[in-house]
Amino acid sequence: MGMTVVEKILARASGLKSVRAGDVVEPRVDFAMSHENAALVMNQFLEIYQGTGMVPRLWDPMKIGIIFDHRVPAESPKTASNQKKIREFVAANSITKFHDIRGDIGGICHQVLPENGYVRPGAVVVGTDSHTTSHGALGAFAFGIGATEMASVWALGAVVNVEVPATIKVNVTGTFKKFVGPKDLILNLIGLLTAEGANFKVIEFHGASIKAMTTSGRLVICNMAVEAGATSGIVPADRETIRYLREEAHVKGKIESVKPDKDADYERVIDIDVTSLEPQIACPHTVDNVRPIDAVLGTRVNQIVIGSCTNGRLDDLAIAAKILKEKKVAPGARMLVFPASGRIYNQALAKGYIGTFMKAGAVVMNSGCGPCLGVHEGALGDGEVALSTTNRNFKGRMGNPNSEVYLCSPAVAAASAITGVITDPRSRKGGKK
Amino acid sequence: MAKVIYALGNDISTDIIYPGRHMATVLPTETPQYAFADIKELNELLRAQQEPPGSVIVGGKNFGCGSSREQAVSALNGYDLIIVAKNFARIFLQNSINLGLRTVTCPDLEAAAGDILEITPTAVLNATSRKTFRIIPMPSARQAIVEAGGLISYTRKRILAKSSVG
Ligand code: SF4
Repeated sequence: MGMTVVEKILARASGLKSVRAGDVVEPRVDFAMSHENAALVMNQFLEIYQGTGMVPRLWDPMKIGIIFDHRVPAESPKTASNQKKIREFVAANSITKFHDIRGDIGGICHQVLPENGYVRPGAVVVGTDSHTTSHGALGAFAFGIGATEMASVWALGAVVNVEVPATIKVNVTGTFKKFVGPKDLILNLIGLLTAEGANFKVIEFHGASIKAMTTSGRLVICNMAVEAGATSGIVPADRETIRYLREEAHVKGKIESVKPDKDADYERVIDIDVTSLEPQIACPHTVDNVRPIDAVLGTRVNQIVIGSCTNGRLDDLAIAAKILKEKKVAPGARMLVFPASGRIYNQALAKGYIGTFMKAGAVVMNSGCGPCLGVHEGALGDGEVALSTTNRNFKGRMGNPNSEVYLCSPAVAAASAITGVITDPRSRKGGKK
Repeated sequence: MAKVIYALGNDISTDIIYPGRHMATVLPTETPQYAFADIKELNELLRAQQEPPGSVIVGGKNFGCGSSREQAVSALNGYDLIIVAKNFARIFLQNSINLGLRTVTCPDLEAAAGDILEITPTAVLNATSRKTFRIIPMPSARQAIVEAGGLISYTRKRILAKSSVG
């Protein structure tokens, strides 16, 4: 039996010829990412060395990245003090891949890593964030871990006792209709698999539609693989991956691609034809509560959010700006836009998208997680409804358990901002209700 | 014997267990006060600390889904709870093992608040309903971390072993 992409990556990272699903391995780590929760990682890291008489030492500061994104600029003295402590740690330990609160190199970790070329095909990437699955878009095995696990990685440079996950192969064919895209595909798949359908498994994406998809779109589908419970999503590296790394991430030197064996052992194969796919909406309060847009057309929304590590990239902003050009955000609705990184913000500024949003009445915020996790800006009032391009609609996610969040693509969000109700971008009609 | 102090449904996310707005609090000694902050009744029940250590919270499928925040585990650990659920989301389960929160995977479990459970290495006996439910044992790979008393001490042993070799 041949190996899947993740089996190959794990075998190599563990110094083995081959591994199979269920084997226990100890892969070395190529990149270890944290955000503000590095404050907790630091505590646990120092704790490991307690009573050993040894000086705490990072295994490799060059392979550690810390990106401030969850609460930027700080919303409270507590957060500000945590951030200050992390800055001091970063300086004392010569961590160079540090992205502070800045308008040029700052942003959300899952955009900062790819755009700076920190993730390469075939790499093992861990992050103290569940959406670390995103980086599978570049052909890496990338998964989320807790802070204590990260402290252990900082000390050992490897993840201990990793069970090789089984792989689900998803074959995607067909051409997306206008205003339908990667977000609709992944929402549809999550609805199909359910929120736990891929728990402890990897989703490997294949097919002509994936080949034709840009890295930006691949980041969307791998980002949300975790919403089906997956350990990671992965798109085997191809020409597009190399194009992205060279042209957009300015990577020099050798890039290798890891491909699955022809006779790789998949636990399950799912075929999806996107030709007839409609815009998809995840309804409150679970991400797998997915329905075609027709089922919820006309639902009144108070807050529209475009941004996040899922859909805050340049192509997302481009489509939203196109729809909003010379239009206005509906009275009674408010719209928040937060580009995924400073780089994207600057590109959107140059292209005139930011101006379009502002003229339409949207509020354009600094890059960061913003309203996505409800700790900072953009909290919802009691009984309010948000329509968002983010990735989670759990109860309380946007800061208020007495509110509702619907998830959608940037095109649906933009079209709905104009009407104030959930609207199909193709007809620009919001239906009744 | 352990009492079920609260029963929850499927897909209990870490946003429910430990809302994001309290994530600036990281110290394990300070997180328990925010456990289930948005389920007021449960939060108050826990904070009253009237239930003995080793009491049980029951969950359905996919317990701990969502964010990797470790506060969701340290907050529950602070009350020395046992979480018995049909199954757990991966990161939450791993965090529990790493921090020593006791979890029991019991796919067919039926239990309500007030029930008394007896948890053996292979089964959960619901003494109230007199039904027995099988347990999915923890993979042996993870057992090593549990036996070491959590990941901190496991990794500490590893670096000590490394330094004595090198
Ligand atoms: S944008 Fe939202 S989902 Fe993405 S890293 Fe930030 S909080 Fe997490």
